Amino acid sequence: MELPLSLPTAVPLSWFLILSAILFMLGIAGFLLRRNIITVFMSIELMLNAVNLTFVTFSYRLKQVDGHIFSFFVMVVAAAEAAVGLAIILTVYKNRSTLEIDEVSSMKL
Amino acid sequence: MEGLLFLTFATIAVLCAVNLVLQTHPISSALSLIAVQLIVYAGAIMVLFVFVIMLLNTGAEKRPARKVLVTWISLPLLFTFIALAAMLIGAQVPKTETVTFGGFAGGTTLSVGRALFTQYLLPFEITSILILVAILGAVVLARKEI
Repeated sequence: MELPLSLPTAVPLSWFLILSAILFMLGIAGFLLRRNIITVFMSIELMLNAVNLTFVTFSYRLKQVDGHIFSFFVMVVAAAEAAVGLAIILTVYKNRSTLEIDEVSSMKL
Repeated sequence: MEGLLFLTFATIAVLCAVNLVLQTHPISSALSLIAVQLIVYAGAIMVLFVFVIMLLNTGAEKRPARKVLVTWISLPLLFTFIALAAMLIGAQVPKTETVTFGGFAGGTTLSVGRALFTQYLLPFEITSILILVAILGAVVLARKEI
């Protein structure tokens, strides 16, 4: 697909999906390449947000509200996940005094 | 007009995401992610993140970056996947499909709320149980003796 030289008056639907894909890929890259456990966790949040963008885009395309509701549920799950995950991170730090994921590779202390 | 706005916000989002991945200090990454997900998350989730980062008071990543080989493999792989996804999406979605402001008037509070409390009532209730379990889990994990 070639990039248009002049800006279109209406944004093509595929641009939103491509933006979502780019954000998701960056989330994967951060998840795989970072060492800090909090940054890895934030990369997961980034991937969840990219999926939300896709849901809302298809909600627009299909003219139905189901995508909106799904993205609400994704946000709720992300909030619950953040609460539990950050509590786990706090416990890990309390027990091991490190946040490097390579040093937290065994379950036994 | 719409194209300009979309490109502006898309560029901001992608740049912030790249910054999130590239920063070595978690608080800088957190500030990038806040810029990406400004609306709902900044109030609830990112404040929690920043609070934990401040509480743990961790510095930047001390160990050296990944090996050079990893960088030289992962970056082209990332761009390949992005290009592949863009190509597939561009081939699947017809170019005539466009997005205009106000093109879909169904996403109002009325319609979303109505769907939430009729068609999606059971998932909605299960969500409240999920949040309750998450609260209990967080409280249990935050106890002193674990």
